[in-house]
Amino acid sequence: MHWVELFLGAMLVNNIVLARFLGVCPFLGVSSRMGTARGMGFAVLFVMTLASAVTWLVYYGILEPLGITYLSTMAFILVIASVVQFVEIVMKKFWPALYRSLGIFLPLITTNCAVLGVAVLNVREGFGFVESLVHSLGTAGGFMLALILFAGLRERMAETAQDVPEALRGLPLSLVTAGLMALAFMGFQGII
Amino acid sequence: MKLFQERLWAGLIKENPVFVQAIGMCPVLAVTSSATNGLGMGLAVLAVLFCSNAVISLIRRFIPATVRIPSFIVIIAGFVTIVQFVTEAWTPGLNRSLGIFIPLIVVNCLILGRAEAYASKNGLMASLFDAVGMGLGFAAALTTLGGVREILGAGTLFGRAVLPSGAQPALVLSMAPGAFIALGILLALVRVVQLRRKGSIAKTGCGSCQLCGEDCPSAGKGAEA
Repeated sequence: MHWVELFLGAMLVNNIVLARFLGVCPFLGVSSRMGTARGMGFAVLFVMTLASAVTWLVYYGILEPLGITYLSTMAFILVIASVVQFVEIVMKKFWPALYRSLGIFLPLITTNCAVLGVAVLNVREGFGFVESLVHSLGTAGGFMLALILFAGLRERMAETAQDVPEALRGLPLSLVTAGLMALAFMGFQGII
Repeated sequence: MKLFQERLWAGLIKENPVFVQAIGMCPVLAVTSSATNGLGMGLAVLAVLFCSNAVISLIRRFIPATVRIPSFIVIIAGFVTIVQFVTEAWTPGLNRSLGIFIPLIVVNCLILGRAEAYASKNGLMASLFDAVGMGLGFAAALTTLGGVREILGAGTLFGRAVLPSGAQPALVLSMAPGAFIALGILLALVRVVQLRRKGSIAKTGCGSCQLCGEDCPSAGKGAEA
């Protein structure tokens, strides 16, 4: 029950994009088409879960015993960069089809603050290993949900783009739309 | 001195990182529920940008091109850790309200973008001027957005009441949805001015930080996307 709560909380109540404002750049950047949104969602799910596991092990296995937890920011970003690189190499070798559809998103993920953000949150909240994994799965699920819903909205909006005043077209209107989505997501606050 | 004025003008107005280029959006949305938080975050980013631009500009000839991005990230992460210590020690209240967004300065597109686009190609003084211009532009934008949200959402500015006592502030502006909506409307206003003066809208989006190649899904698509 505790894990279901943690999962749903991370996915819906504290949605990474709409409530915590992490990963806003890819959220706005790759959401103009449904296909790319889905690809980015799965790439983040993959990297975020793996990176959370590795950063947890690095933090409690190396940094804490040595008393150098103040280096965590630097260690985490290096871990994430190497995990991304590693995933890219492995995927290219063993799943070329998957690499062709997700590969272009991988370099972007290194600077996706959602991945580093979840690693930092896991440590700040004092989660155990399994809790960290559940939390990052929920968070990545929330990212994917928000991204795909938003891409759906924007595909519909693009059909009537000519009716929008020129100054509002593109990014400003996307931001206002995201604001309305965030308002809708606030409705989830009561469920836990 | 002419270069300094040029970089300052570019950072504050012409290429403002938030209102014109629209990069580094995560902290822009997250910490601007009040003008004080916006200013604090802006100054933290300014400090990191100043130091990282200086170091990167000084050692730009010794960094091999293939590993430049990881090297930049390590240098930036070092300065972010220092800024984290300083805020923890001297402004613990600000540190609490900025929360995880201080360590996340590491992945701020603005800092890496300036390292890649400017400091790795220009001398020390020029890079310092660029850091001051861009950093102040970022801080000014965050303070403006924080001010607007604080006045409309809580009826105060820098913690002092500014609205007449009868006025009811719109609470939603100080919450998450208000961040998106307020920034969207401010960006639209900036574009109205751009359209009046030049007849066109400047290129925006994460693509302008040039971190990934041409096949990058967000490169160049930020503006019309």
